[in-house]
Amino acid sequence: MGMTVSQKILAKAAGLESVKAGQLIEAHLDLCLANDITGPVAVKEFVKSGAKEVCKDTRVVLVMDHFVPNKDIKSAQQCKLCRDFARDKGIEDFYDVGRMGIEHALLPEQGLVGPGDCIIGADSHTCTYGAVGAFSTGVGSTDLAAGMIAGKAWFKVPAALKFVLTGKPGKYICGKDVILHIIGLIGVDGALYKSMEFAGDGVKYLGMDDRFTICNMAIEAGAKNGIFPVDDITREYLAGRYHGSMDVYEADPDAEYEATYEIKLDELQPTVSFPHLPENAKTPDQWGNIEIQQVVIGSCTNGRISDLRIAADILKGRHVAKDVRTIVIPATNQIYLQAVHEGLVDIFIEAGAVVSTPTCGPCLGGYMGILAEGERAVSTTNRNFVGRMGHTASEIYLASPYVAAASAVAGRIATPDEI
Amino acid sequence: MEVKGTVFKYGDDVNTDVIIPARYLNTTSETELASHCMEDIDATFPQRVHKGDIIVAGDNFGCGSSREHAPIAIKASGVSLVIANSFARIFYRNSINIGLPILECPAAVTAISAGDTVSCDLAAGRITNETTGESFSAEPFPPFIEEIIKDGGLIKHLTKNQAN
Repeated sequence: MGMTVSQKILAKAAGLESVKAGQLIEAHLDLCLANDITGPVAVKEFVKSGAKEVCKDTRVVLVMDHFVPNKDIKSAQQCKLCRDFARDKGIEDFYDVGRMGIEHALLPEQGLVGPGDCIIGADSHTCTYGAVGAFSTGVGSTDLAAGMIAGKAWFKVPAALKFVLTGKPGKYICGKDVILHIIGLIGVDGALYKSMEFAGDGVKYLGMDDRFTICNMAIEAGAKNGIFPVDDITREYLAGRYHGSMDVYEADPDAEYEATYEIKLDELQPTVSFPHLPENAKTPDQWGNIEIQQVVIGSCTNGRISDLRIAADILKGRHVAKDVRTIVIPATNQIYLQAVHEGLVDIFIEAGAVVSTPTCGPCLGGYMGILAEGERAVSTTNRNFVGRMGHTASEIYLASPYVAAASAVAGRIATPDEI
Repeated sequence: MEVKGTVFKYGDDVNTDVIIPARYLNTTSETELASHCMEDIDATFPQRVHKGDIIVAGDNFGCGSSREHAPIAIKASGVSLVIANSFARIFYRNSINIGLPILECPAAVTAISAGDTVSCDLAAGRITNETTGESFSAEPFPPFIEEIIKDGGLIKHLTKNQAN
């Protein structure tokens, strides 16, 4: 039986000729990631184990991004604990204020992840790096501590679902619509424990930022990882920034997929996931008139330069509705600077939006945009669970930057065609 | 090991944001996390839960964020066991790694109601609803995972293997 792309990477990482779905393996890790929320728990476990040093064969990356610049004393203590650990263990890849960005935008940007890598991160959206052809998955803090100590992790080799993308996406359609549509199709546990492997002629119409968005939300279908093929677009993105080996894999012709779905990109419509699950995906004919009080454009899902360009394109020469607080959060300092140079920040501020330093902030209801009782937000983030952005009686509508920016102007959920 | 307690029952897709909201993630204190456990889905849970109590839920329990604070909060609340139709994969790993007993058993989930008294022989995966007298068998863990549980969690398992 042939192997999927994810299985080939896991076989290599485990030093095995081949693996099959369901097999338990121990794999070498190229990179271990933690942040200011999950890092402190991992450090506690690391200390408990009695280990003295982090494994030299694995790159350890710590990114302070969830509650920084620190929102309160407790958050400051957590960052200090990570900072002290990084200094004590000689961890060079420690990203603090001024150097940090939202981890899943930052690591690819800094060239820390590449094709064929085997990666774990103590953050569920670590699956983002499948966009560059890596096997990358989220774990908890104890798994991460064990990874830092031993440079290895155990995995049950995943079965896989295949998504054949065909056709060219229409106007106002981007990666977010693709993944919200897919989650609507298969449900929030539709890919539980499995790989989501993307293929097909439509891949060439998706830029890297679209692919990051799509892989980022594989976890919202319960998947272990999401992965794209490596093509010229990937190579162009990695050139000059990624200096590791290019271990590019393709699925065997007889690789087993539990199901194959054709996703016709040319037929997709702007898609919004209604409260309180990402699977509640709806197209404009199902939206109705939903007034909103806040718009968030940012996060590890949609805070990249393409997303900001889309939002600026819609907001240019317009003003956000009087009662809509519009918060734009570039995902990294580099993206922020580029947005300044391209004049995007001028457009946002002139349109009545605010532009924040990089942070996960409102996406997980941390700070910088918490919702009151009964309020509704259109957000380019990844989760719309009860209470995720604030009060348990608030509502989050997940959308693309096109729809988020148009909704900010309209004061209700809207497509760019409606403004 | 035998556990016994009163059942708190929930539906499908109970996510880690409602198990422990992110506004409390600025701490790693187990007692503080426990004092807010489940509060966004069941506001009085922290006041009503007693040592040994059991959570029973539907599909995909623990979906969403990778925060280990979620199983930590449940365990520190005194909950002795979570029974569900299925678990989200990161929550599943985290629970095993920190020593929170979890079992997949759809038949038990269907038959058990909130407020029932349930006991369980964890090693055998034998669940008994003492209120109704019904018994159920949960899926056994693969031997490799059983070994991690037996060793008292992943870190202890790892240090034992490194010592060998």
